[in-house]
Parts: sequence; C-alpha cells; structure tokens
Amino acid sequence: MSAVIEEHHPDDHHHGPDKGIMRWVFTTNHKDIGTLYLWFSFAMFLFGGVMALCIRAELFQPGLQIVSPELFNQLTTMHGLVMVFGAVMPAFVGLANWLVPMMIGAPDMALPRMNNYSFWILPFAFSMLASTFLMEGGAPNFGWTFYAPLSTDFAPPSVTFFIFAVHMMGISSIMGSINVIVTILNLRAPGMTLMRMPLFVWTWLITAYLLIAVMPVLAGVVTMMLMDIHFGTAFFNAGGGGDPVLFQHVFWFFGHPEVYIMILPAFGVVSAIIPTFARKKLFGYDSMVYASASIAFLSFIVWAHHMFTVGIPLAGELYFMYATMLIAVPTGVKVFNWVATMWQGSMTFETPMLFAIAFVILFTIGGFSGLMLAITPVDFQYHDTYFVVAHFHYVLVPGSVFAIMAAVYYWIPKWTGNMYNEPLGKTHFWLSFIGVNITFFPQHFVGLAGMPRRIPDYALQFADWNMVSSCGAFLFGFSQLLFLFIVIQTVRGGKPATEKVWEGAHGLEWTIPSPAPYHTFSTPPKEIPEAHG
Amino acid sequence: MNTVMRMWFAVAPLLLLSNAALADWSAVNMRQGVTEISRGVYDLHMIIFYVCCVIGVIVFGTMIVSMLMHRKSIGAEPATFHENTRLEVIWTVIPIVILVVMAIPATSTLRDMYEAGESDLDIEVRGYQWKWQYTYLNDDPAKEIQFMSALRTSQDEINNLENKGEHYLLDVDNPLVIPINKRVRFLVTAQDVIHAFWVPDFAVKKDAIPGFVHEAWTVVEEPGIYRGQCAELCGKDHGFMPIVVRAVPEHEYAMWVAEKQQEAQAAFETVGKTWSMEELMTKGEEVYMQHCVACHQANGQGIPPAFPSLVGQGVSVGSIDDHIDIVLNGKAGTAMQAFGLQLNPAEVAAVITYERNAWGNNMNDMVQPKKLGTMMASQ
Ligand code: HEC
Ligand SMILES: [Cu+2]
Ligand SMILES: [Cu+2]
Repeated sequence: MSAVIEEHHPDDHHHGPDKGIMRWVFTTNHKDIGTLYLWFSFAMFLFGGVMALCIRAELFQPGLQIVSPELFNQLTTMHGLVMVFGAVMPAFVGLANWLVPMMIGAPDMALPRMNNYSFWILPFAFSMLASTFLMEGGAPNFGWTFYAPLSTDFAPPSVTFFIFAVHMMGISSIMGSINVIVTILNLRAPGMTLMRMPLFVWTWLITAYLLIAVMPVLAGVVTMMLMDIHFGTAFFNAGGGGDPVLFQHVFWFFGHPEVYIMILPAFGVVSAIIPTFARKKLFGYDSMVYASASIAFLSFIVWAHHMFTVGIPLAGELYFMYATMLIAVPTGVKVFNWVATMWQGSMTFETPMLFAIAFVILFTIGGFSGLMLAITPVDFQYHDTYFVVAHFHYVLVPGSVFAIMAAVYYWIPKWTGNMYNEPLGKTHFWLSFIGVNITFFPQHFVGLAGMPRRIPDYALQFADWNMVSSCGAFLFGFSQLLFLFIVIQTVRGGKPATEKVWEGAHGLEWTIPSPAPYHTFSTPPKEIPEAHG
Repeated sequence: MNTVMRMWFAVAPLLLLSNAALADWSAVNMRQGVTEISRGVYDLHMIIFYVCCVIGVIVFGTMIVSMLMHRKSIGAEPATFHENTRLEVIWTVIPIVILVVMAIPATSTLRDMYEAGESDLDIEVRGYQWKWQYTYLNDDPAKEIQFMSALRTSQDEINNLENKGEHYLLDVDNPLVIPINKRVRFLVTAQDVIHAFWVPDFAVKKDAIPGFVHEAWTVVEEPGIYRGQCAELCGKDHGFMPIVVRAVPEHEYAMWVAEKQQEAQAAFETVGKTWSMEELMTKGEEVYMQHCVACHQANGQGIPPAFPSLVGQGVSVGSIDDHIDIVLNGKAGTAMQAFGLQLNPAEVAAVITYERNAWGNNMNDMVQPKKLGTMMASQ
C-alpha cells in the first residue's frame, strides 16, 4: 500500500486547473469531478422535481386537468428514473469524489482518467433518456420498475433508447465504484487503518461493492428485454415459455440492494455530522461498521418482499417476511447509536445538524412503514398503494436527499473557502422540513384508505389529502430554489472559512486549508486521527 | 424542571393533532373489511402500528430531551463515552424479541390466507387492458356465466364537464356478484399485461399475470357493494379499471344466476336472425364506445403509434376477412385483444360493420352475426 505513495515524484510540477471549459471536459482532478457530479445531480434533481410537480398538479383535484393519462405514466416513470439514477446516485458519487481522497489522506482517486469517463457518460445517458419525451409514442411509460410485458411487448418504441441509457448509467456506476474501491483499498495514507476510516468512507466502500454486484444484474435484465423486443426471445412472455415474474425476480435482485446504495452513504454523512455538532465522538463506531455490512448482506436476500402478491408459495412468503423484518435490527442499531451520540453532547444546531437530525427522525418514520410493509399479510393491503409511495419517499427524500443537503452545507466551506449564509440555510431547512412532511405524510392516509399508486385520477374520498400533499410538494419544490441561491452565493463569496470550519470537526479533511487546494495530500499526512464519526 | 415543561409544550400540539385525526378514522386508516381474514389483517396492521408508535415515542422522546438538555447554549459539557457493549447488546436483542413476537400472529394469518379449502364457487378473474372479465366456472359449459366489467363513469365526469357522481371512478357496468357466507375462489389471470385484482374489504390482492393462474379466496359475511381497483400499473387507463363486487344472500344470488343464463340464451338467439345495416350500425356504435374507444378513440383516429387509426387505412377499408380475423383473434403481443373471447357474435359483427362504415370509411358492406356464429363456435 505504501509503495504507491513512495512512487510519488517530487519533481512533478504542481499546477492549478486549466482555464476555460476544457478544464471540466478533460479534468482528472477528483475535486473537479466531484463538483461536476454534484452540479449534474442538482440539475437532474430540478428536472425530476419539475416532473414531480406536474404529477402533483394533476393530482391536486379529482378529474383530469393538466396531463393526459399517457403523459402521466411517462411523467411518473421518468420522475423515478431521473431521481434515482440522475439525482441521488450521482450526488453520492460526487460526495465520494470530493471527500474520500481527503478523508483517507490520498492525493486523488486511484483511476483519474476513468473517473472522468464515468462522469461524462452521464450527460449523454440522460440526454438520450430525456429526448424520449420528443419521440413518437412518447417516453417510457411503464413505471421506473418497468415490469414486463408492459415494458416489452406493450412498450412505446422509445424503450430501446431507455435500455441503452440504462446500460450507459450502469457502466458509469460500475466504473465509479471500481474507482472508489481501489482508492479506499490502495491509497490510504500510512497509518489510516480500515478501522480508523471515517464512516462515510466505510459506507461508500460497502456501497461500491453493492453497485458492482447489482448493476450487472440490471444490465442483464434490460438486455433480456431488448432480446424479447427485437430478437424474438420470450424470457418474459408466457406464450413463448417464459415468465413475466422472472423479470420481477431479476429486477428486484438489483432493486433492493439499489435502495441501500442510495441510503448507506447517507448513513455515512449523518455519522460525520452528528458527532461534529454534538462535540462528542460517534457512539459505537465498530457496531456502525458491522451494522452497515449486515444491512448490505441482508439486502441481497430479501428482494421478493416487493413481490408478495405475485403468487409466491407460503414457504417463500414466510422466508422473505422474516428476512425482511431482520433488516430492522441493524438499522435500529444505527438509529440508537446516533441518538446515543447526541445524548450528553454539547449540541449546536447549524444547518447541517438540522438536516442530520431531521434525517434521523424522518428516516426512522420511513423505517417504521418499512417494517409494516414487511408483514406479508398486511402488505397485501399496502402493496401498490400510496402507503408504499409514502414509505419510499420518506426514506429517499428526508432520507437520502436531506443527507445530501446536510453534506453540502457541512463541507461547502471546505470546498469553496466561504461560509454559507446561516439564516438562509436554516430557512431552507425549515421550508424543506415542513414541505416534505406536508407532501408525504398524508400519502400514508390515502394509501391506507385504498388509493392505488400510479393513477392520474382518483375517487372522491381521496381528494382532501391529495390536495394537502400537492400543496406540500409545491412548497418543498420551490424551496429548493433557495438552496440553489445559497449555494451560488457561497461559491461566489462569503465569510472566509477557517481550516477547521466547525468547532467540533475531526478528520483529515479539516486539516487542510479552506478552500481545499487543487491538489491535497501529495505527501501523505503524518498524523492519522482516530475515527471520530 | 424547566426543560420538562418545555418538552410538554412541544408535545401537546402533537397530541391534539392526533386526536383530531382520530375523529375520522376511515379517511386515514385501513378498513376492517367484511371477512374474518380482513379483520385479522386489520388487527395485525394496528398491532404493528402501535409497536412502531411506542418505539417512536421512546426514540424521538430521547432525542427531544437530548436536544433540549444537551445543548451548548445552556452550557452542556460533552460527555466522553462512546461505547457500551451492554447497551448495544440490549438494543440488538430487544428489537429481535419484538420482531419474533410480531412474526407469530403474522405467520398464522398468512397461513390462514393460504389455506386451500374446498370452494363453493370458482370464478375466473381475467384482467384486460382496461377492464375485467369474470367467468363463473361450471362443469357444464352451457351454464357458464361470463361477462366483461368496465368503468361506468363517463368521460365527461373525468374531464370535468359534468359533476362527479358519488362513486366516481369506482363504478362498473356489470359488477361481480357473489353469494355471502360461501367460500368463493378467484382464479386470477390476465390476457395482456400484468394487472392486480384488489378488493380492500376482503383483504384480497392478487397479481393477474398473463399465462399464469393464481388463487385467492374469500368468505364475505355481510351483503353489500364492495369496491376496489386494479393495483398494478397496466398502461394508459390503469387508473380507470375498478372492481365492484356485489355480495348478496344466497336466494338473490340464485335469481341473478337464472337471469344471467336467460340473457345469454337471448343473445344466442339474436345471432340466428338477419340484421339490417341500421341495426348493425346502432349496435356497432354502442359496442365500439364501450370496448374500443379507449384505444382507437371516438373519431377512429387512435393514438398512433401505440393505437392505430382505423380511418381510411388498413383492414377497415380493406379485406373483410382480415378485419374479422384481427377483431376476433387480436394480435399477439400488442394491446389489440382477441375480442372473440369477450363479445358475442352479434356484437363482433356489429362493431366490424360500424368500423367499415363510420368516419367516412364508406365500405358499404356488412358482416352478419350468423357468419361469425359458426366461426366462433369452432374456436
Ligand atoms: C387496449 C387497446 C385496444 C382496444 C381496446 C382495441 N384495440 Fe384494436 N388495436 C389495438 C392495437 C395496438 C392495434 C394494432 C395491432 C398491430 O400492431 O397490428 C389494433 C388494431 C386494430 C385493427 C387493425 C387495424 C389495421 O388496420 O391494421 C382493428 C380493425 C381493430 N384494432 C379493431 C378494434 C375493435 C373493433 C375494437 C373493440 C372491439 C378494438 N380494436 C379495441 C389496440 C386496441
Ligand atoms: Cu426492498
Ligand atoms: Cu389493470
């Protein structure tokens, strides 16, 4: 491991970034690429958000007002795909790019050229995906879970472009995760043992393995679709000896780990922020590591909890119910550890801490509904209703998305050298917090009362809560423009940040100047701190 | 003391809010339903809900206390502990115990649901884009009752041109009728894409998967009308394929069966007679508006490329045999269904005649039900 570092040539001339647009096109610098990922992700967040607002506008009242049912299905599908693959995943890759090398005392990512490729694939993949809106027959309209045969025999012609786009995203993710793994395993500064790594690094290491394991499965399933559509196979067509349910098994074998791919790095972020603002070391670091690893392992053996109604035999239903319930145990350990970290700390409530605390509470609420969904007989009533929509939005929006925002507020002083505007940041937090709850909490109600998901129009008894939910969505959506404003303001100026930025901050990234110089840790740090969060 | 007071101020509004919500449970909670199973499911739902509430109160309560008492602004000094094996074992073991306790009733309810007993009545439920077909299986095929069940809400209500009725989007032309206190078995399948047959009051939800048949069953205890919806995204009109079940006492059910069988007989007789062009066109328009309009649209122009136009192109202005063939047999792997399985010969003949002569397709030819009667009988 240290061999890599000794190869460092002292006569390498350290230079700043290139000038102009080419800096971004050809860059192999982890900080530049991290920035690209984050901006790309934010753009996709707005794009997916606009689609979400169209959906919520249509659902504001019963009856069809704004979009046709065809377009509605395209919007729900594209909203899901863009948010999952375009907003949340790239945001975490962006954070990994910025932070992993600085946290482990490495000069850059291990495979910088590949890093550049894995980013630049994404704009092409998503331009292609977005362009399907303009194609004959419209964009993919079969839901982000694209169940066959709706997505094969019955799909619009644009499905082929969708498949190609998914392949590109998969390649990008796999390259990105190889890079993360190689960096973490090979480029740690001498003395940075595995059990000294910040939890963000740990959770990303685990996430990267998950990605490598399941993105090929996703690629496999879309390739089988491609064959069914264009080459006369019948993987998912019972008429030809295939099985539509096979699609769901393969998809969810990817899909369930995918949800942990979107939440594990968030755990890492929160585990960094809470100790800083509680001024107290993370409680149970070791158990946090083991809990993350167990969650990752369990995520491979629970996939059919998305398919309780497809007609699985009793033994299968029972197994998947028990295995799914088991996930609550390591997840609970994490929540208890965060609470124990706060306990008897000396807390202050800057914006990152507010987002992190909201994460713990609201993610836990999403965990509760997840536990309810795990109970098979009751899942028959919840499945494919708004209760599920409420559940996964609770774990994804005030879960993953809040963690990403917390991370931006927490590290942006390090990235830009400027402090963000604290009152504005808090305003953004409260607007988001209120908006998110008004949007998604009532969805539990309509789901329990019997409203199916993915419908453009609904029966009258669901009207009130849908209206409330739509109002919340607009509040949440427009609040994000404030976030954009704050970020731009901080990039352009502000109170200069100190090296350490936060009184309670620990870790290597806080030992370098703010803003972080273009190249950091060209010589490995001498002192490796113990893990603090 | 002061902090405890402040805590109460924080919690009180929440309690008030939850009280207000309690006032009207039905809008916010799962219904108990009308079967033993559905009540069992409801009880499980409430147990797990309360378990979550208790855990939530403990965890969030601890957090709130901590946020009030352990803040720097009131001079709290950070403690230095960061590990406690005993604590960690406790909060690993307690959740496991809770889960095991939860799993026991869940397992028994699930076993009950999977209990494959003798049924009194078997009904095949077949999902189509975007309607349901119900077939009351009978050893004597002549006595089999079969009908389609589709949305009755008018397009004007959906498009806000007319006031929405009480059962907006939850009303069908032909509800499923079942006797109460009998064990009814549903054999659920689909013709095109995956749908899901869901009646919340029975706690029955089963995916309808083309090429596979899955079982579900129910014993309804109270007469009444129970409404559900297709629960699996199945294309454009997924939101517009409700399920309505009328559960009736046994004698009423017997009357309904007799009536249905008579209707089938009458329809059979109309096939024998010779129809005039006018009769065919009137009937054809009716059938078209009920079964074809969702895809091919009222003006026949369709929604290309998903659903082709029937005006001035293709079989509607071409070979009459090809036209009959596609309507009877559909086209495998597309949304165009085999209507020979859904409509009677008179209806098929009429709708084909209608398509050949409406919207300026003036082909001036027609199909007699008689001709189709022989073709369909041989199917
Ligand atoms: C669920 C959507 C749907 C419904 C409902 C539907 N069709 Fe079709 N129809 C299609 C599709 C899709 C095609 C094109 C099939 C293909 O790819 O050849 C089609 C094709 C046809 C064609 C052949 C057009 C041509 O010129 O090639 C005819 C005729 C037709 N339908 C008649 C009907 C009639 C009559 C009804 C009602 C009884 C009906 N369709 C209901 C979807 C539908
Ligand atoms: Cu899952
Ligand atoms: Cu359906």
